[in-house]
Amino acid sequence: MNGTMMWATSVRVLRQLKGDPRSIAMILVVPAVLLALVYWLYQNETLAPGQPRTFDRVGLMMLGIFPFVVMFLVTSITMLRERTSGTLERLLTTPIHKADLLFGYAVAFSIMAAAQALVATGTAYWVFGLEIAGNAGWVVLISVLTAVLGVALGLLCSAFATTEFQAVQFMPVVVIPQILLCGLFVSRDQMNGVLEAVSNVLPLSYAVDGLQEVAAHADPTSALVADLVVVAAFVVAGLLFSSLTLRRQTA
Amino acid sequence: MSHRAAAPPFAPVPADPSGASGPVSVSVDGLRVRRGKSTVLANITASIPDGRITGLLGPSGSGKTTLMRALVGVQKITAGTVTVLGRPAGDPRNRHDVGYVTQAPSVYRDLSVLDNVRYFGAVHGAGREDAQAVLAAVGLAELAKRKAADLSGGQFSRVSLACALVGKPKLLVLDEPTVGLDPVLRADLWQQFRDMASEGTTLVISSHVMEEAGHCDTLLLLRDGMLLEQLTPAQLRERGETDDLELAFLRMIRAAEAESPGNGTQANGAGAGPGGRAAS
Repeated sequence: MNGTMMWATSVRVLRQLKGDPRSIAMILVVPAVLLALVYWLYQNETLAPGQPRTFDRVGLMMLGIFPFVVMFLVTSITMLRERTSGTLERLLTTPIHKADLLFGYAVAFSIMAAAQALVATGTAYWVFGLEIAGNAGWVVLISVLTAVLGVALGLLCSAFATTEFQAVQFMPVVVIPQILLCGLFVSRDQMNGVLEAVSNVLPLSYAVDGLQEVAAHADPTSALVADLVVVAAFVVAGLLFSSLTLRRQTA
Repeated sequence: MSHRAAAPPFAPVPADPSGASGPVSVSVDGLRVRRGKSTVLANITASIPDGRITGLLGPSGSGKTTLMRALVGVQKITAGTVTVLGRPAGDPRNRHDVGYVTQAPSVYRDLSVLDNVRYFGAVHGAGREDAQAVLAAVGLAELAKRKAADLSGGQFSRVSLACALVGKPKLLVLDEPTVGLDPVLRADLWQQFRDMASEGTTLVISSHVMEEAGHCDTLLLLRDGMLLEQLTPAQLRERGETDDLELAFLRMIRAAEAESPGNGTQANGAGAGPGGRAAS
């Protein structure tokens, strides 16, 4: 691991993104627009006094889900391009360490994810008046963490795709089941045993659980910390497995 | 096959004006590469002299790229040894010293020319000045800010070359660097390769255009995954009894076929003796 090479990789990835302003705009704006959609969707609901708005629950979860989806897609396509363009093979003939490359990617997209999370969380709070008990800083932190999770899983999945079309197909396989089972539609403790067991091994469930902890408690709870640790462990595992897919020698 | 002479079927390091008898940068011994059921390289033994241009010539599919990949250390090999700069090919310590330019330019199309070179420079510990110096050397200084994707084919492949040069490799492996370039640019590049060799860089350059063989100090002639000969362009002309290198190569191939008809497993016996030259 070499900090200079890792940072050079991050800068390179960010420069590639910079050359594509439309993608940057989509990364930053789309989650906020989708939040607006969710807000309008529940605009006319009738609430019993003291009952929280559905937007406060669903909108909050969306803040953890969007970055995951967007970064998964962006990363898997970018990494696939790196594999198919021959630049990956070339890089692996140079002194760069695999970890420099993978963490370089993770850092670059985390920076994008942080910007995205700030825009989306800011929109939720200031435009749509999101009300939760906990601190908004935790929401941003979880957003960034799920984005990095998306990066790690995207890097891994790109190894199993040979075309960009295949890479996109990994979204229904890897991302959508996690969205269905994370507790957004049905609370996890109300799922049947099998589905609950599956949701227990999916990382996004822990991120959404963490967001619910932040929503319910003013101060960070030990459950929140445990959730963050689990998601972080999935990130590290994803990056480790990805590094195994980078082979310096091929047939 | 009976060994008529005590000498090996081809002279691995011919004592000749190419200076190939000097220090060796790469030695390949009994290299075999199988991919699935097909043999891509069959028992290659050769040595590449230090500070010279070695041409790797042969028709498409003869195993040139696979041999180059083996030198760089990215090719899984079935048998044999490849020693590069005194270490096994692919040794981590070689990664600073071996530059590889693949046939399809491998650069980031969505980055500027300078940013491409700076990135590949950064992984070798080179700075911005080094990147600019290399761009000037390949004649791309004025296009430094342009996006790589917007360049012409020839310019694009020079970006790929620049990305390898910025690491200041001791051994530079170039896979068909001149393919698709106009004659002026080709001449420029060969002049550049010559200058690099005179500064001590060892170059291995593949081509399927035999006329380019004349620019090399020593030639490895490949056909069907087998090494036909290692010799100098002058020796090739002499052996083929013509100044036309293409024709000389063709004659050698015919001679090889005449000598080992059918399922000849070893190509090494080709054209060693004057009697072996049956084809016209």
